[in-house]
Amino acid sequence: MAAASTSVLAALIVWRVPKLSGWRSVRKSFFDADTFSTSFEPVLRAFWLDVRIFLVCAPLIVAFGMLIALSRSVRSPLLFPLRMAATLYVDIVRGVPIILWLYLIGFGGAGLMRVRTVGIGPISIGTYLFLGGVALVVTYSAYVAEVFRAGIEGVHESQRSGARSLGLSTRHTNFHVVLPQAVRRVIPPLMNDFISLQKDVALVSVLGPIEALRRADVLQDKLFNFTPFVVAAVLFLCVSIPLTRTADYLLAKERRTMSGTAVR
Amino acid sequence: MSALSPKSAVTKLSYRGVCKAFGDKTVLDGIDLDVGPGQAIALIGASGSGKSTMLRCTNLLEPIDDGAILLDGDDITEPGRSPDPVRRRVGMVFQSFNLFPHMTVLANVTLAPRKVLGKSKDEATDSALAMLQRFGLADKAADYPDRLSGGQQQRVAIVRALQMGPEVMLLDEITSALDPELVGEVLNVVRDLRADGMTMLFATHEMSFAREIADTVCFLKNGTIAEQGPPQQIFSAPAHPETREFLARVIASGRL
Repeated sequence: MAAASTSVLAALIVWRVPKLSGWRSVRKSFFDADTFSTSFEPVLRAFWLDVRIFLVCAPLIVAFGMLIALSRSVRSPLLFPLRMAATLYVDIVRGVPIILWLYLIGFGGAGLMRVRTVGIGPISIGTYLFLGGVALVVTYSAYVAEVFRAGIEGVHESQRSGARSLGLSTRHTNFHVVLPQAVRRVIPPLMNDFISLQKDVALVSVLGPIEALRRADVLQDKLFNFTPFVVAAVLFLCVSIPLTRTADYLLAKERRTMSGTAVR
Repeated sequence: MSALSPKSAVTKLSYRGVCKAFGDKTVLDGIDLDVGPGQAIALIGASGSGKSTMLRCTNLLEPIDDGAILLDGDDITEPGRSPDPVRRRVGMVFQSFNLFPHMTVLANVTLAPRKVLGKSKDEATDSALAMLQRFGLADKAADYPDRLSGGQQQRVAIVRALQMGPEVMLLDEITSALDPELVGEVLNVVRDLRADGMTMLFATHEMSFAREIADTVCFLKNGTIAEQGPPQQIFSAPAHPETREFLARVIASGRL
């Protein structure tokens, strides 16, 4: 049934779309085979930078996001200022578009460095790359913190009672009982955030570093053809789809070990 | 048990005018009770009479508002005192088991001995396996709690608390969430504890069980102990009209 409906839809698209009047010119400017093969290698090389930014930022975001989530979840009245600071951080960071943070932290940070290194010459692309990474970590950790916090609050109070009644300290209770359950629970929403991040690394290009999107833009200018953008899109898909499927698989596996039956 | 009568001069646990309110709702309204070493105390009473809260306060899961709870004559409810050393000595088992679903039975049972008592993994495992064996759970050690029946889960929860070597056990309606046919296996474990001379307080709706193993039965009403005495007296000749009324309702519902 599913196969039948899918092939009907696919057939409709393949049959109808080429009949649209603009199809010839769209095909020429977006799906040009020659442009695809000439631009593939440079865009792929630039895409390696996207991958590296992602690989460096993602673990930092997890660590920092977890720290913020824990700060927001503290219960001791003594630590209220910490909780308030974390709340304020999340509110402010999430209230401003990510691209704006990139400009603010990227150019603002560069400005600060220029003051410090006055007369030494222009700020290097490497510095902008670093500041772009900082901006991604700052913004994404606020989003990820909220996901972790939802997970922490979703662990039933009785789990805490069970742990504390055994004499386990708050720290041990969090580390061994609450967080492992919270993290398992938030893997799907967390994966959503990381799939977004995997694409948003391209935003770093607004500060100058040449990554896949920027490289495609340059090639598009040179070749008068949009196909390099399609190349970039294909490359992003090559990473995000396996990422999504892996997350689903891990989650399903986890569910199977923890309980005998799956509820549909 | 030795020559010491249950009413010996030594008390293991004392409640002195214990009061507790949630918001403007008073839950415990001046509880006074002495529990001798090796005594088993049954707490009976309607839902909301304060049985659970009394046990939770004893484990310091809830702070009390007034009065004191003494363990070996030592005020454990003193403000600012760390609850963890007390909890090592006072074990608690919950109605809903509260096992950790992401850990195997063995990991559930050895976590606290390792982290709190500082036992090595081997030492904690040996001790846990021996006790699981004793309660017929040896073959469940590697399973996750969700795979176990309610009765098995509750027995694991009891083993988990016992692995800390507590001096007092608090059992909070530990059979209330179980299917009727699983109640027996859990009560057998409690009988074992009783035979070992464990000091116990248990909130229960199983009146015949309370009658069988309690030294003293306390009937709670609106946060006070309305009547207390040996089970024969409470169940055969209750003095307080509220106790009579409560037991009549229990009998009418077929639970005695």
